[in-house]
Amino acid sequence: MEFIYDFSKILLATCKDVLPIIILIVSFQLLVLRQSIPHLRRLIVGGVYVVIGLALFLAGLEKALFPLGNIMATQLSDPAFIYGPGEVVTQADWKAYGWVYLFAAMIGFATTIAEPSLIAVAFKANEVSAGTIKQWGLRITVAVGVAFGISLGTFRIITGTPLYMYILAGYMIVIVQTLFAPKNIIALAYDSGGVTTSTVTVPLVAALGLGLSATVPGRNPALDGFGLIAFASLFPIIAVMGYAQLMQWSTQRKIKNMEKKNAI
Amino acid sequence: MASSISTGNNMIIKLILTKIKRAATDLLPIVLVIAFFQTLVLRQPLPQMGEVLFGALLVVTGLTLFVEGLEMGLFPIGESMAHALARKGSLFWLLFFAFALGFSTTVAEPALIAVAWEAAEIAGQGGLIDPGQESLSQYAFGLRMSVAFSVGLAILIGVLRILRGWPIHYLIISGYVLVMLMTMIAPKEIIGIAYDAGGVTTSTITVPLVAALGVGLASSIRGRSPLVDGFGLIAFASLLPMAFVMGYGLIIF
Repeated sequence: MEFIYDFSKILLATCKDVLPIIILIVSFQLLVLRQSIPHLRRLIVGGVYVVIGLALFLAGLEKALFPLGNIMATQLSDPAFIYGPGEVVTQADWKAYGWVYLFAAMIGFATTIAEPSLIAVAFKANEVSAGTIKQWGLRITVAVGVAFGISLGTFRIITGTPLYMYILAGYMIVIVQTLFAPKNIIALAYDSGGVTTSTVTVPLVAALGLGLSATVPGRNPALDGFGLIAFASLFPIIAVMGYAQLMQWSTQRKIKNMEKKNAI
Repeated sequence: MASSISTGNNMIIKLILTKIKRAATDLLPIVLVIAFFQTLVLRQPLPQMGEVLFGALLVVTGLTLFVEGLEMGLFPIGESMAHALARKGSLFWLLFFAFALGFSTTVAEPALIAVAWEAAEIAGQGGLIDPGQESLSQYAFGLRMSVAFSVGLAILIGVLRILRGWPIHYLIISGYVLVMLMTMIAPKEIIGIAYDAGGVTTSTITVPLVAALGVGLASSIRGRSPLVDGFGLIAFASLLPMAFVMGYGLIIF
C-alpha cells in the first residue's frame, strides 16, 4: 500500500516535469504551426511509456539503489573502517582511502551505463552516424570518463585541494584536445559531458561527496562536498575525444602500413 | 489459423524478452559493484534483500518502457517539431521555441530546486546574505530563475549555431574561458555550486527532446551534417548555467 502511495507521488512529479513540454508543443502546433501532428496516437502511447517508465525507474531506484548506495558510501568512508577501529585521526591520509577510490570509480562507471539520457544520446549518435559510432562503444567510453572523474573528485575531497585548480586544468586539456580531435566527434563529445549526470548518477554521487566530506577530518561539507558532479561532466569529454583520437591515429597507421606494402 | 496466432504471440513474447534483457544488461554493472563491495570488502549482509530485489525489478521494467517510449514518442516529436519549424522558415518562432523549451523544462526541475536551496543556505551561513527565511527563499528563487534563463539562452544560441553553421569549438572554448575568468573573481562559496549547476540542469526527458531537435534541424537544413552540427545543444545547456550562477553570486554579494 505504501508503495502505491510512493509510486503515485513519483508519477505525479514526473507528470509535472513533462507538463511544460506538453503545453509548449501543443500550443506551438495549434498557434504557430497550425497543422495536425503525424502519427499522433503512436506519439501519445510513446509519451505515456516514457512517463510511466521513468516513474517506475525512479521508484525502483529510491527503493533499492539509493538507500544501499548511501549506506555503502557511509560505511566505506567511516574512519573506523579506513583506519581501523579505535584509531584517533586528526590528519587525513589520502593513501588510506584505496577502497573509496575504487568504489567511486566503479559506482561512477556502473551508474553511467544505466543512465537513461546517455542511452538516448548514444541511440541518436548511432543512428545519425549510420552505425559508425557504436552505442556500447560510446557508453563505455563515457562511463570510463565518469569513473576516472569521480575517483579523482574523491581524491580532491580527501586531500582538500581547491576544486577550481582541477577544473581549470581539465578545461585546458579539453581545449588542447579540441584542436587535434576529429571534427565530427567534437559536438558529441561536448554533449556527453552534460548527459552523464542526471537521474541515476547525481543522487548517488552527491551522497558519496557529502558523506566523505563529513567524515574526513578537516573537511567542511558545505565547501568540499560539492564538485563531484562537475568532475563527472568534465572527464567524459576528455575520454570521448581521446578515444576518437586514438581510433583516428590507429586507422591512419593502418592505412600507412597498407600503402607501404602496396609500394613494395 | 491457430498456429499462426501462436507464432505471432511467440514473436511478441520474444521481442519483449529481448527488450527486458537489454535493460537488465544496463543494470548489471550496478548489481555487480554492490555485490562485490558487500561480500568482499564490507562483509556485511544486505539489509532488506526483498525490497532491493523488488526495486531492481522496477528499475528494469521502467528502463524497458522508457527506451521503448523514447523511440516511439520523444524522438519523433522532437524531430517533427524541428522539421516543421524549419519549413515554416520563421527565425523568430524557431528561436522562441528553443528558448521556451530550455526555460520551461529547467525552471521546475526538482534537482535544480534542491541545489538552489542548498546554495541559499550556504550563502546564509557564510553571512553573504541575510540568513532570514524570506531573503533565503528570495535568493533561491533568483538563482533558479537565472539558471532557467541561462538554459533557455543556451538552447537559443545552440539553435542559432546550427542555422548559421558556426563551428562549435569556438563557442564552447570561449565559454570555458568565460567560466575560468569568472571563477577567479567569483565568491569562493558559490564556485562548487556553480560547477554542479551545469550538471543538474539537463533532465532525462529534456535530453532526448533537445537531441532530437538539434539533429532534426541539422538534417532539414542543406549543408549541415546531423553529426557535426546536430549535437552540441546539451553542451551549451550545461556550460552557460555555470557562468550565470557565478555572475549571480557576483551581483548579489
